[in-house]
Amino acid sequence: MERNKEMSIVNENIPYHFFRRKAINGAMLALCAVSALIAIGILSLIFFYTINRGASYLSLDFFLQMPKPVGETGGGMANAIVGTVILIGIGSAIGLPIGVMAGIYLAEHGNNKFAVLVRFMTDVLSGVPSIVAGVVAYSLVVIPTKHFSAFAGGVALAILMIPTVTRTTEEMVRLVPQSYREAGLALGIPQWKTTVQIVLRTAFRGIVTGILLAVARVAGETAPLLFTALGNRFWSTSLDQPIASLSVFVYDYAKSPFEDWNNQAWAAALVLIILISLLSLSVRIVTRNRFSSR
Amino acid sequence: MQTELLEQPNTPTILPIETLQVMPMIKMSARNVDAFFGKAQVLHNISLDVPANKVLAIIGPSGCGKSTLVRCLNRMHEVAGGTMAGLVLLDDRDIYKEDAVRIRKRIGMVFQKPNPFPTMSIFDNVAVGLKLNGLATRRNIGEVVERSLKQAALWDEVKDALNKSGVSLSGGQQQRLCIARTLAVSPEVILMDEPASALDPIATAKIEELIHDLKKKYTIVIVTHNMQQAARVSDLTAFLYMGKLIEYDETKKIFTNPSIKQTEDYITGRFG
Repeated sequence: MERNKEMSIVNENIPYHFFRRKAINGAMLALCAVSALIAIGILSLIFFYTINRGASYLSLDFFLQMPKPVGETGGGMANAIVGTVILIGIGSAIGLPIGVMAGIYLAEHGNNKFAVLVRFMTDVLSGVPSIVAGVVAYSLVVIPTKHFSAFAGGVALAILMIPTVTRTTEEMVRLVPQSYREAGLALGIPQWKTTVQIVLRTAFRGIVTGILLAVARVAGETAPLLFTALGNRFWSTSLDQPIASLSVFVYDYAKSPFEDWNNQAWAAALVLIILISLLSLSVRIVTRNRFSSR
Repeated sequence: MQTELLEQPNTPTILPIETLQVMPMIKMSARNVDAFFGKAQVLHNISLDVPANKVLAIIGPSGCGKSTLVRCLNRMHEVAGGTMAGLVLLDDRDIYKEDAVRIRKRIGMVFQKPNPFPTMSIFDNVAVGLKLNGLATRRNIGEVVERSLKQAALWDEVKDALNKSGVSLSGGQQQRLCIARTLAVSPEVILMDEPASALDPIATAKIEELIHDLKKKYTIVIVTHNMQQAARVSDLTAFLYMGKLIEYDETKKIFTNPSIKQTEDYITGRFG
């Protein structure tokens, strides 16, 4: 009798809970969908607006020619495109090995006070405004060598890359289950080979994603380049000379009073976006895993 | 000691040759092994011998130190951050005085959860130990992989799919792949830490059959939760409780006529 009564109480409550649960579920799902739409919307807004404003000024000349002097129309940004590639190259050459290895250290041997300190410092460093990285590179490289240079710009970008790469590498290496490390060691494989050939191989795609994010982030950096790489209206590929970059060009041209320059700034922005997308895409294709469908 | 005697037949011996044939050769021994995680002592003064070409089953309730004991036998205990005291001998030599990497090549291990490397093909999963240890030449590697897969009773199922991912196999196949991977580096002893506990009865039966075949060439120590399994596959059984070795004897004796009450209670299901 008592049991029946309990049952009936439960039964009465079911419809109320049922519809409320369904309603909350629906509302939350809708919120998530809207948020996703907004995220994609902003991205496509930027992308399409840039295409809209810049695509008509893109031509073969833009990629092959040098900037024209003030007053002449036309010309291109060949030096800035090459300059951006060189700057990313220097930044990656310095920043990626340090970042990746620091990340591996934190993940594999990071149970000590030193590692806690390193982790804390990288977190602080990743929050440092990019212009501060520029100032540091300025005082570390530009002042001692007494002139602006591509190398100084690369150092500034490397400073920005290191914390992102370190933390994503650490996270990705940590995600590799302990059982794979044990399996490797139990086969009599030395520790370092286990780390390189088994752990890193398993975490490889995640690490690459982190690297791409870091590269994409610094590729568009302007502030730290202003007083390190400076910018250059002439062709230069030497590392100890000031060098042009797309982002600094966009900055200079967008704030200029000439309409032709403003339009070229849009085109340069578009080229920068395309450059980064191509880089991501090609790295993804080269590093894709033949077994994973992700 | 006994190997020396066998190798030098002209040396006068105090033991008659019949005794030597009856007495099994001891492959591994633990002497007064204590194991710790931090300050917590997991194993208390454990001593046992593992005869060559026999299967030793270690049984006991959860948390009694079975896994820790086998992990002390190939120095994997220290990988998990543990410490130990006492002696572990392989062919009468202290493995803690030798290079851990070399020791693990001689004492292979199969884990509870099948763990083939996800980025490698079936072939590479078996070949990885050889390749990374520099033991392989281009010519012998295919041979070794085939032989190991055959020994692990997996060859017929995967011979046409060697380039597929190791994790595309079923759980039982994955575990046999892990056994093949262990066999490929030609160990002398194989430690198995509950190798069938994540598998269904059919896959379990295959693994048990495999253990029967493997003991002809290898010395095997198997940790198991499953007492029927211990009774089926092992020649010797050690019963561990609360980090102490309660009883160690021939499997037949442990399961039919144990000399200690605790063992009997555990085996008859009165506790644990």
